Amino acid sequence: MNKLQNNKAWLFVLPVFALVAFNAIIPLMTVVNYSVQETFGNNEFFWAGVMWFEEILNSERFHASLGRQAIFTASILAIEMPLGVAIALTMPRKGPWVSVCLVLMALPLLIPWNVVGAMWNIFALPDIGFLGYTLNSLGIDFNFTRQPEDAWFTLILMDVWHWTSLVVLLAYAGLSSIPDAYYQAAKIDGAGSWAIFRYIQLPKLRRVLTIAFLLRFMDSFMIYTEPFVLTGGGPGNSTTLLSIDLVKIALGQFDLGPAAAMSLIYFLIILLLSWVFYTVMTRNEEQ
Amino acid sequence: MALTLKGVTKRVGNAVHIHPTDLTFETGSFNILLGSTLAGKTTLMQLMAGLERPLEGEVWFDGKNVTGMPVQKRNVSMVYQQFINYPNMTVFENIASPLRVARAPEVTIRERVCTMAELLRLTPMLDRLPGALSGGQQQRTAIARALVKDADLVLLDEPLANLDFKLREELRDELPRLFADRNCIVVYATTEPTEALLFGGNTATLFEGSVTQFGPTRQIYRKPNSLLSAEVFSDPPINVMACEKKGDHFEDADGARWTAKGTAAGLSDGPYTLAIRPHFVTPAATGADPVPVSGRVLVTELSGSESIIHFARGGQTWVSQSHGIHAFEVGSEAHLHADFSQALYFAPDGSFAAAGATQS
Repeated sequence: MNKLQNNKAWLFVLPVFALVAFNAIIPLMTVVNYSVQETFGNNEFFWAGVMWFEEILNSERFHASLGRQAIFTASILAIEMPLGVAIALTMPRKGPWVSVCLVLMALPLLIPWNVVGAMWNIFALPDIGFLGYTLNSLGIDFNFTRQPEDAWFTLILMDVWHWTSLVVLLAYAGLSSIPDAYYQAAKIDGAGSWAIFRYIQLPKLRRVLTIAFLLRFMDSFMIYTEPFVLTGGGPGNSTTLLSIDLVKIALGQFDLGPAAAMSLIYFLIILLLSWVFYTVMTRNEEQ
Repeated sequence: MALTLKGVTKRVGNAVHIHPTDLTFETGSFNILLGSTLAGKTTLMQLMAGLERPLEGEVWFDGKNVTGMPVQKRNVSMVYQQFINYPNMTVFENIASPLRVARAPEVTIRERVCTMAELLRLTPMLDRLPGALSGGQQQRTAIARALVKDADLVLLDEPLANLDFKLREELRDELPRLFADRNCIVVYATTEPTEALLFGGNTATLFEGSVTQFGPTRQIYRKPNSLLSAEVFSDPPINVMACEKKGDHFEDADGARWTAKGTAAGLSDGPYTLAIRPHFVTPAATGADPVPVSGRVLVTELSGSESIIHFARGGQTWVSQSHGIHAFEVGSEAHLHADFSQALYFAPDGSFAAAGATQS
């Protein structure tokens, strides 16, 4: 068969290509550029090869922040996913309360991230914050600016408060799309509420939960503003997550080479893990 | 054994979904609920199954009052318009699920599932997930699930509506065979009069939450007890015209006259509504009592072997359905013939009054 050759089609793709180049590829190449060079100022650059990558990958500091990051992301996923589904299951499916619940759920998502950090900072202050003061007056020694465990507790609680709603809204949308007939059919079969959840709701939610999981994974792995405002990475380095560490290296110490190398490694980790999760979670669908 | 609805009603808020309804279905019978969308077919089925509780009235089964008995305690199965299967269970497990809930022994399960699969031609797909099947196969799985347990009451709620034409015809042929030797009550909801005629059995015609008539399907088709039943049980829509009986003949507002024949001859003078099915209105003069009718052509639907002509007559839209190709220009005046020996006459309150010569 003769295919019509028409190279003009490329012209239609050009605008989007230019846009992506401008906002993604060019900045990314700048970072790549920094990551393989050494500079002492005056806009003079020397070839450094993979030196910065080796330095970062072998640095204990990087390992420590990566570890903290992994613990943080794993914790919030372990809490937010089941909690979000549980809340979505208890939300009304019909009637006037639906919109009330939806608006209440959406509220945390509407608050700017730095405001969330500031809110929780004040909320958790041991002397004047409602949470901190209450805990202390209950006889619990709580001080998130001094004790790492307390800082972690506050950090995770804040993230759960801020982002569980996203899982709730996605799961709720998924639940609403299940036709009533499924529930009736299950009822006729004599299935209990656990069986309905296990064999109807969960499989039907699979796709939205995959998306919720990936979104929460990527977002939490890149989290910066909220912990920065809440703890600033402290006390000590105890809540210094990857992005906070990266900013410290790039802007605090102005080590552009290592910071650029770390950015790329950081990016590749997220990309790789997202791909792994996606593949694992959608694997069974193809069968 | 029989299922009986006694004065059952259903209301949601102020909206009446089911007006007081009495129906009795015998064991081994195939019953059709015929009515348009929102006529109350699904609600009526849910009341029969025990998925919904009637506001008033009682549901009796096998001589026992089962009103309010939850569906789990009744031996009911149901097939829906959507293809409802457990998405992450294989076809085998899906068909087996009602037996598993009933804690049947593994040997019985295997045997019955395989029999069902054989009957519904699902054997090669037993290990697949429903998502990997075609619509027709998914619905077969759902039907197998409904049949695998020996339910006393099998409810089929427009099971063929979401299938494409060919599959629908195929399953439509198979369904009566599947139920032939079963000792259960089958209730089948449909919007299509043709489907009701193909299945036979008994039909209940539904209109806005009321059963207008119930009885053997063909009898209802031939002798509707009211204009409503006739309208529900006609596709394309039945043609109606207002007329008046004057002595030995009828007259309509346009001045057309025809002699009263059959039982219609015995009607007292006064206003009536005449109804005649589209296939008795044809371009050629046929039948025992052809009367000319004419009107402006609105739409023509010509298929390979059939012509359907919609035309405006006396402020009403009439439909003619005839064999062969009869081309009419849209907007032109069509001169057709209606075989009034097949006409049905209804009194002003809508009740059946008399039939033309052939009908009576």
